[in-house]
Amino acid sequence: MQIDSQIVGLLLEGIRDTLYMVLVSTILGYALGLPLGIMLAVSDKNGIRPRPALYRILDIITNILRSIPFLILLILLIPVTRALVGKSYGSTATIVPLTIAAAPFIGRMVESSLKEVDQGVIEAAQSMGASDGTIVWKVLLGEARISLIVGVTISLGTILGYSAMAGVVGGGGLGDIAIRYGYYRWETGIMLITVAIIVVLVQILQWIGMRIAKKLDRRIP
Amino acid sequence: MAFLEAEQLFKTFHTANGDVEALKGVSFSVKKGQIYGVIGLSGAGKSTLVRCINLLERPDKGRILLEDHDMTALTDAELRKERQSIGMIFQHFNLLMQRNVLDNVCLPMEIAGISKKDARKKALEYLEAVGLANKAHAFPVQLSGGQKQRVAIARVLAGKPKLILCDEATSALDPETTGTILHLLQEINKKHQITMVVITHEMRVIEELCDEVAVLESGRIVESGLVSKVFNDPQSEAAKRLLLVRQTQDILKGTGE
Repeated sequence: MQIDSQIVGLLLEGIRDTLYMVLVSTILGYALGLPLGIMLAVSDKNGIRPRPALYRILDIITNILRSIPFLILLILLIPVTRALVGKSYGSTATIVPLTIAAAPFIGRMVESSLKEVDQGVIEAAQSMGASDGTIVWKVLLGEARISLIVGVTISLGTILGYSAMAGVVGGGGLGDIAIRYGYYRWETGIMLITVAIIVVLVQILQWIGMRIAKKLDRRIP
Repeated sequence: MAFLEAEQLFKTFHTANGDVEALKGVSFSVKKGQIYGVIGLSGAGKSTLVRCINLLERPDKGRILLEDHDMTALTDAELRKERQSIGMIFQHFNLLMQRNVLDNVCLPMEIAGISKKDARKKALEYLEAVGLANKAHAFPVQLSGGQKQRVAIARVLAGKPKLILCDEATSALDPETTGTILHLLQEINKKHQITMVVITHEMRVIEELCDEVAVLESGRIVESGLVSKVFNDPQSEAAKRLLLVRQTQDILKGTGE
């Protein structure tokens, strides 16, 4: 195998497409998953406004979506993707299934982050006459922020992994390159380089996320 | 006229191990400006009782009358408004760990809709009142237990309360720090005429702080009256037992433990 400028260009394009898919899907995933996670945490039987029926419904929907393997979800959602984006292949199209797969996952992580917040602090805010909205905003999200940032980091890594899987159906990005060159054309070298780049990307995202979390944590004396 | 009146409070908790009757018809009344103590051993129902006053716990039966208004009849919005004028101090301080001291004191003012700028200015005054203005930009994790409780007291003052509820406010503190916190609470009571209800299992807290005391045992008030009367001439078994606990502690201290 020769590494010529054409391949470098291809890989750079792959990195760009992957980052584009991952970042946009994470943002959209949080747009859906954050409210979902908040609703789960608030409506739980130990939440600030227990609503058992609502919790049960959200819980079931989240579990169903979470238990569908991503590759299957990708194929199941093709008609939806077509309707929304106009085509079912390429990196923009892949954002649709990525977002749908990420949202319940993110919702669960947000839920668990918010449930870690000390009950005593929530009670203190209630004793001051805080509304539910104020408690969510100032107490739950404020106190759980480190855990939430760690959650974003984990989400980015997971979504990056999913995005590579989307290569199987022409999803664009690094996964697409790995499948097309590595699998269909038997060019193991390119496949290995692609995998290495994915690993490095995950490491970098992880490192940045953890650094931010540590820097913002006020519980470290 | 009573400032605060609890009328026949009942509360039962339904747990996996069966029902627990925490309150079985508790009534008491507190005059304006008074520091009213409730003492009892753990499991007597003290915490439930104090939580019923601001309805963090809703009693199954009974009423809470604050300045003749029935707290149990308020709507959610009215209750939130009323709670803004009732401060609460907790055993474990319950400060926001991700906010600095100054912003912790700001919280009740933010809830009351005061602008962040005004709130910060006032918060500094309240921190001065508890002697912690120099810690305004520290985070709770950097403070000692006594300092954290003083921040919590400044936070309560920031809500301009007419009533302060203390739930085992000194139980997590060493004896010396307990003394300074009790002194501070007394000072606040004298200076601002703020009525207080103090829940504790320590006789010392009642002796040093309270005017009147009620002895709570298994969800019932078994004895109440002026502190001097109840402690010098206890009538109930529960009060006698509490005195005995105190005497034993004194003896243990005397022999150097």
